[in-house]
Amino acid sequence: MSTPGINDEWRPSFASWVLVAVAWTLVGIPLAWGIYRTLQTAVKLFR
Amino acid sequence: MAGLLAKERIIAGPGFNRWLVPPAALAIHLSIGMAYGFSVFWLPLSRAIGITQPVACPADLGLFARIFATTCDWKISTLGWMYTLFFVFLGSSAAAFGRWLEREGPRKAGVVAAFCWGGGFLISALGVHLHQIWMLWLGSGVIGGCGLGLGYISPVSTLIKWFPDRRGMATGMAIMGFGGGAMIGSPLANLLMNHFKTPSSVGVLETFVAMGAIYFVAMLCGAFGYRLPPPDWKPAGWTPPASQANAMITDRQVPVSRAWRTPQFWLLWTVLCMNVSAGIGVIGMASPMLQEVFGGRLIGIAGALKDLAEDQRVQVATIGAGFAALLSLFNIAGRIFWASLSDYLGRKRTYLVFFSLGMVLYSLAPFAGKIGSVPLFVAIFCVILTMYGGGFATVPAYLADMFGTLHVGAIHGRLLTAWSMAGILGPVLVNYIREFQIARGVPNAQAYNTTMYILAGLLVIGFFANLAVKPVAERYYMTDAELAAERQLAHEAAARKG
Repeated sequence: MSTPGINDEWRPSFASWVLVAVAWTLVGIPLAWGIYRTLQTAVKLFR
Repeated sequence: MAGLLAKERIIAGPGFNRWLVPPAALAIHLSIGMAYGFSVFWLPLSRAIGITQPVACPADLGLFARIFATTCDWKISTLGWMYTLFFVFLGSSAAAFGRWLEREGPRKAGVVAAFCWGGGFLISALGVHLHQIWMLWLGSGVIGGCGLGLGYISPVSTLIKWFPDRRGMATGMAIMGFGGGAMIGSPLANLLMNHFKTPSSVGVLETFVAMGAIYFVAMLCGAFGYRLPPPDWKPAGWTPPASQANAMITDRQVPVSRAWRTPQFWLLWTVLCMNVSAGIGVIGMASPMLQEVFGGRLIGIAGALKDLAEDQRVQVATIGAGFAALLSLFNIAGRIFWASLSDYLGRKRTYLVFFSLGMVLYSLAPFAGKIGSVPLFVAIFCVILTMYGGGFATVPAYLADMFGTLHVGAIHGRLLTAWSMAGILGPVLVNYIREFQIARGVPNAQAYNTTMYILAGLLVIGFFANLAVKPVAERYYMTDAELAAERQLAHEAAARKG
């Protein structure tokens, strides 16, 4: 159960979720590129 | 006015979204994770003078003179010392500066890490320009290694404080980045070196400058993204479980000065050291092992590796590289998977799974080679690699459970000396045992079997160390008066800075 008055004001706003999406995209794109490049090498094991 | 980097400056206000902290931590860990991918520079650097072919040093040139020689190329074994320095200084700096990090806050630590890691690249670039190997050792190895240590531990306690309900998952996300850094850095370095190379340059100097700048900016963005929750903050809708419900999770605090004197610290040190030693041993030999155990069968031809033609060996080596890439994917996937699962299983049970399942799989690998089953062999190593990564990612949450969250960053820093030790123990064990076996006339394809059984033996030690972990004794916990004094000191420090 939440503590009324303390936890409720910490509920993130919609705008903060947009910021979260931007931040995750910024780190996610290079990570996804790295995983894609690694997968390209890994598939040689199955050819 | 508190300094821009001060701990007091980064305490979040109402409405802050805690999910902004993991990408900040990832930005730092993905940058420093390039340490794993540095071998991409070895070949081009080994012909920095000769460009197309390495220029060998005169045979009578002494060791000291070789370090300062500007007319002949570096050997790959000489360059490889950078890799050793990375992990020695990672562990040492994490241990030495962990307490400072807790006092000064994660943003300052992240910024210092950015200067060390990015600056290390620039010093190395100068070393390439002047052709001085000691500048590469100092720049990337020592200064960069300190950046690795500070950057690695900088988000740990912050994430644990923001995610008390999912400690394992939170630290797993960041530490996954360290495993994935080389996946971005290695191909990026190759692209940059190909872009910058000319008939008179291998392109490493310019690549070091570019990558140093990229990592510096990325790490600064991460450091400035760090926020600390206010004291006693809890996630909306979450109440801490009663401490009596699980004796292995304390709601009290052990200071770092006492934590490392507890048996629990050294048991967890042994747990990490054994898990990492066995894993590092496997990572180093997995690709050559696949090629030597299965030889021509990997390309549908009967015969051992040594009997194959040159072009067939190239095909087998390509498959070996594919295997190494697949293992790195399972390494990072294991970090987030096992660390998240530990939030439900409990840390002790998670490590029991690592060690018991690990013992079975390490012992089963020679059998998979004997029956000639490539899929079974590959599957065994993929699962082993998830548990290697999982061991790194789960240990911060284990420490927070045992010692509390107050000094967990500093305690984690000291525990990372186990990693430095494992970085020496694992490869030494694997290489010497293999050489010993071959010297005794054991065929190459079977020389790995004893190694695998010995690595399984390391996991037995880890299993019993983990089994012996019990809650910390009462005398090690901070008293209420000590906690109040620590908070008062922090308050006074904040007032001085303000």
